[in-house]
Amino acid sequence: MSEKIRNILVVEEAAKGVEQKKYVLRLFVTGILPNSARAVINIKAICDEYLKGRYELEIIDIYQQPDLALTEEIIAVPLLVKKSPLPEQRMIGDLSNLERVLKELGLV
Amino acid sequence: MKTPIAKKTATNKFKFPKSATGIQGLDEITFGGLPKNRSTLLLGNTGCGKTIMAMEFLVNGIRWFDEPAVFLAFEEKKEDLVENVKSLGYDLDSLISNNKIYIEQVEIHPDEMVETGKYDLEGLFVRLEQAIYKVGARRLVLDSLDKLFYGLDETILRSEFLRLVNWLKEKKITSIITSEIGDPFLTRKGIVEYIADCVMILDNRITNQISTRRLRIVKYRGSVHGNNEYPFTIDENGISVYPIISQVVQQQSSSERISSGIKDLDQMLGKKGFYLGSSILISGTAGTGKTSMATSFAYSVCKASKTCLYCAFEEAPNQIIRNMESIGFQLGPMVKSGILIFYYARPTLQNLELHFMAIRKIIMEIKPSVIVLDPITNLMTEGPNSDIRSMLTRFVDFLKTMQITVLFTAAITVGSIEQNPSDEGISSMVDTWMMVQDIEVNAKRTRSLCIMKSRGMPHSNEVRKFEISSTGITLHPIIEEKNKTLADAKRTAKEHQNLSTSKDSNDIKESTR
Repeated sequence: MSEKIRNILVVEEAAKGVEQKKYVLRLFVTGILPNSARAVINIKAICDEYLKGRYELEIIDIYQQPDLALTEEIIAVPLLVKKSPLPEQRMIGDLSNLERVLKELGLV
Repeated sequence: MKTPIAKKTATNKFKFPKSATGIQGLDEITFGGLPKNRSTLLLGNTGCGKTIMAMEFLVNGIRWFDEPAVFLAFEEKKEDLVENVKSLGYDLDSLISNNKIYIEQVEIHPDEMVETGKYDLEGLFVRLEQAIYKVGARRLVLDSLDKLFYGLDETILRSEFLRLVNWLKEKKITSIITSEIGDPFLTRKGIVEYIADCVMILDNRITNQISTRRLRIVKYRGSVHGNNEYPFTIDENGISVYPIISQVVQQQSSSERISSGIKDLDQMLGKKGFYLGSSILISGTAGTGKTSMATSFAYSVCKASKTCLYCAFEEAPNQIIRNMESIGFQLGPMVKSGILIFYYARPTLQNLELHFMAIRKIIMEIKPSVIVLDPITNLMTEGPNSDIRSMLTRFVDFLKTMQITVLFTAAITVGSIEQNPSDEGISSMVDTWMMVQDIEVNAKRTRSLCIMKSRGMPHSNEVRKFEISSTGITLHPIIEEKNKTLADAKRTAKEHQNLSTSKDSNDIKESTR
């Protein structure tokens, strides 16, 4: 395989990745406090509509796992962390500003 | 009718629960410390000592009251914090490993904070709860609030801050929350002052190129407190606040006497010398023998095996020791044996208050029976007169409660004797005031001494000739010509005055012509 062909393959591979980017999301909430409850509903709706079949969502209750609050440096909740695709991104709030969320997730 | 009265006396006995800070002086002006189980807001600009004060509150709590603590650091890294307070002698590492203090470092990246709707700071609460639970904390510091407020929505923070304060109260935790002061910060919004139970302001002010740190208690719900601005220092022993509380009430007046070290002077002072614990002022122009007199007093005190602190603001101790040898006072061995202690500092080194604080510290350590300040007038250049007077009064009060005899010397200029012989008004607050002066006797420049006042004892009203020789100081009556010469001197002065006034009037006449 020549050097040129290999490069082309790499580029193609990358292009494929963009299309099928898999989203790894983590939502940190505090029990069923109103903000948290709203955030859960909102993120589920967003995932279903915009990321069907290519997302992995983990909802973490820091009341249950308070140590995670430390390791993840959480102050404001609800907190949505986009682990993948890179760069990692953090959003605070109940995700009711749909436009903003989609923009930050790179979905528009 | 009787019940309300009884009730009132009962409430008077109520003591607001307080949490002692263990910071020297601060517990005095707050009458016991910070409000227990409540939040205190510590405001101040950068470099005022907020973090240090907060940290000292925690460390003292652990050391003396066995109250574990949590430090929530928004600004500094944990390692830096440990390093920074090491210079104050705090070994945070061992406190951390002993589970006495928990330092939680909170990093906030405002640029990463995208707001997508409503939120709260429950995450911070969870972390706090964790930290408090880990060490069983009773005290907490949040340093500083600005970092938290920066980048987050203000309306949310406002309600969250109120929630935090109430939450801490419920948890029965005494806390200090630090914050910057001034326009771009939250104090402008007045959020925090209303919420906190106690507000203190730290300040680092520069007057005449000398900086002084000051502390003021703005409010203290449910308790009386000192209202003034109190100077404070930070040194290797931590923070000390200098309380400006006059302790006159506790003063004891001794009827014991202490020799002035000059036999003839004792004779003039009711044959016994000064009162123990009184304040003495020697004022006079340059070269009239003030330092010699002061040294003579110090020397006699030390000879009687009592400790003396000599605060020199003009001459270096070595120079004083050398000079005084020439008139028969061997101070060297006394310094060596530790009975005579010198404090030497240039007046411009620091603010007058700080000098007093430094001296006060030494006093507390060595508990001298006599202290000499030579000369006090050199310190006077370092601030407005009214400040100095009130400060001196407080200092004298302090010495009186300690039953320490104090001797000041004051240098005055020839011209000022008539206008202002009282040296910025110190003479009114001292118990014994002596004046040394150069007068002309038989066409010779002669040192003279007179006692201007001496409270509570009969004293001579004579002007005595004052001689310094290689064997010490002696006083002699001025022989008969003195009356004439004194009168002469006065007449000459008067003539001189007349001359100048007449000249002035001539000038005026000329100018009007």
